[in-house]
Amino acid sequence: QKVSVEVLGHLEHLALVDFRDSEGVERLRKAIQFADQLHEVNTDGVEPMDSVLEDRCLYLREDDVTEGNCTRELLENAREKVEEYFVAPPGNIPLPKLEEQDAFLQGS
Amino acid sequence: MAARGCGAVWRRARQRGAGGPGPGPAPAPSPRGQRAVACNARGGAVPAGKSGLAPWIPVVGLEIHAQISSNSKLFSGAQVQFAAPPNSLVSFFDASLPGTLPVLNRRCVEAAVMTGLALNCSINKKSLFDRKHYFYADLPAGYQITQQRVPIAVNGSLSYSLCVDNKMSQMVTRTVRIKQIQLEQDSGKSLHDDTRSQTLVDLNRAGVGLMEVVMEPDMCCGEEAAAAVRELQLILQTLGSSQAVMAEGQLRVDANVSVHRPGEPYGVRTEVKNINSMRFLAKAVDYEIQRQIEELENGGTILNETRAFDSKLGCTVPMRDKEGKQDYRFMPEPNLPPLILYDEKSLPANMNHQQVINIDWIHKRLPDLPSVKREKLVEQYGILPEHSFTLLNEDGLAEFFETVVKQTQMKPKKVIGWILNDLLSYLKQHSLTVKESPVSSFLLADLLNLLEKKEISSTAAKQVLAELWKGEGKTPLEIVKEQKLELLQDQKELEQICQAVIDGQENE
Repeated sequence: QKVSVEVLGHLEHLALVDFRDSEGVERLRKAIQFADQLHEVNTDGVEPMDSVLEDRCLYLREDDVTEGNCTRELLENAREKVEEYFVAPPGNIPLPKLEEQDAFLQGS
Repeated sequence: MAARGCGAVWRRARQRGAGGPGPGPAPAPSPRGQRAVACNARGGAVPAGKSGLAPWIPVVGLEIHAQISSNSKLFSGAQVQFAAPPNSLVSFFDASLPGTLPVLNRRCVEAAVMTGLALNCSINKKSLFDRKHYFYADLPAGYQITQQRVPIAVNGSLSYSLCVDNKMSQMVTRTVRIKQIQLEQDSGKSLHDDTRSQTLVDLNRAGVGLMEVVMEPDMCCGEEAAAAVRELQLILQTLGSSQAVMAEGQLRVDANVSVHRPGEPYGVRTEVKNINSMRFLAKAVDYEIQRQIEELENGGTILNETRAFDSKLGCTVPMRDKEGKQDYRFMPEPNLPPLILYDEKSLPANMNHQQVINIDWIHKRLPDLPSVKREKLVEQYGILPEHSFTLLNEDGLAEFFETVVKQTQMKPKKVIGWILNDLLSYLKQHSLTVKESPVSSFLLADLLNLLEKKEISSTAAKQVLAELWKGEGKTPLEIVKEQKLELLQDQKELEQICQAVIDGQENE
C-alpha cells in the first residue's frame, strides 16, 4: 500500500523529517508494513497499555529548590547567544510547499 | 465544512447543559435562552440584527492557565520566580538536555487537588500524563507534558455574580461549568527582536507548573467572562494554589467566541489570545462578538482561527504563525506512571506519608471560599450582598472593616457606609491599597466612636477624616479640639447663641 504525497508532506511538516527520495519513502513503507503485524493480535476487551511503568508508584518530590543557576553551562551549547539569551529565528519558518521543494533541496 | 465540525462539537456541549446529568449545579430550564435575554436586557451585548431579524446569541468559553504557586517547577527542582537573570532558573531537564527525566512535584499536585475541590470537581484518583508535540523556540523538548486523556479533575462548577444594572445594583448569580482541570508545563519566554530578525529565548519560565481550567461555553458576553475569571482569581488566591496576578502572567485567559441565531447550531468559533488584564478580557470578548455579528450580517463567514487582542487598537487581529489546524500527535508520557491519589477509604496502610496524597485530608483543610466569606459577612453584620462583594474585592478591606466594627459601638450597617463611601473612595482617588492607607482601622474606629457618642456631627466627622488623611499623626480627638468641631451639648450656651442671633436680626 502506497503512502500518498499529501500524507508524506503532512508527516514532513509535523516531524521536520525529510524523506528526500524514493529510497526514504520505501523505507517508510517497509516500516509501516512491519508495524502492521500488530493487527494480527486480537485485542478485543483488553485495555491498551501505554507504559511499562503502569504498576510503578509515581515518585513525588518535595517542593524544594535544588537545581538551576547554571546559565554558563547551558549557554555553552548555544551556537549563538545575546547577553545570556538563546538566539532563535524570528518565528517558525514554514517548510516550502510541495512544488517548491526541489528548488529548496537543491539549495541546501 | 469547518462550520459543521465546530457546530457539532458545540451542540454536544449544549445538549449536555440542557440535559444536566452528573455533578454540578442543576441547570435552569433553558439556560441559553435566559442568558440571551439577560444580555439583551442589560442593553448592549447583543444588539438586534439591523435587518430586524432575531438577535444573535453569543457563546463564550474560556481556557484559563494559572501558574501554580510553588517554590520549584512541576518536573524539576529549578526555582519559580518572576524576575531573574535570563536562563538562571533553568535545570538540565528544563533545557531538555538528553538523559534528563521528569520528577513530579508534590506541592503542584496538592494545588491542583485543592483547586478541583474548590470548584466542585470530581477528582480522578488515577490521572495520566501525555505529550503534546509542536515546534517553537521556547519549547526546547518539542513537546509539552500535559494531561490530555485523563486530567486530575473534571466536571465542576463556578458560581459568580454580576450587577444587572449599575444604578440599581441588583446582583444576579450565574454558574459556569468547569469541564476539567489539568496539570501541565509552562513554556519559556520569547522576546521578538524584529530589527535583527531574531528571537531571544529565556527558559526561566519553562517547566513552571500550570493548572489549566477549562470553562464550558456557558457565558454570553465580556462582562460574564470577566466576572467568572475574577471569581476564579479570588478563589485561587484564597486557596493559595496560585497568586493569579494577571500582570505578572500568573493568570492567562484565552477566550473561545462564536455567535448563532436562536434555534440554530453553534457557529464557527475563534480563539482570542493575548489578553493581559481583566479589563481587556471584557473588551476583547465583546469586540470579537461584534466583529463576528457584523461579518455574518454582511454575508461573510467566520474562519476557525486564532486571533490576538491588540489592546492599543481595541480590536482582534489574526495571529501569525498559526496557519491551519495543528496536529499535536498526543502520546502517553512514557517516563511517568499514572498519578494515583487516595482518600480515607483507599489509604494504603504501609506507605510512606510523603508519597501519599489524601484527597479527604486536603478537603478538610480547605479555607473558607469567597462565597462563604461573603455569606458570613452578610449574616454576621447585616450588610447587603453587594457590600460583601466590594469588601472581598479589595485586598484587606474585609479585615479592615471587621477590625473597625470590633472597636466601635456604631452599628456595622452604619460603619459599612464609612468604609465603602469614604475610606474606599479616598484610597481609589490616591491609588492606594488598604495596607497603604494613612488612616488605620484604629483611627477610623476612634472617629466613629466620637460620632456615635454625638460629640461631633457627621459633617464634622467628614472634616476630621479629611484631616486624618494627611497622615500627620494626630488623633481624631486632637483634630476635633483644634478645629473646634465639638457639638455643643450645654442647653444654656445654646440658648445664649440663639438669643444673640435673634437679637441681631431684630436690630436690622
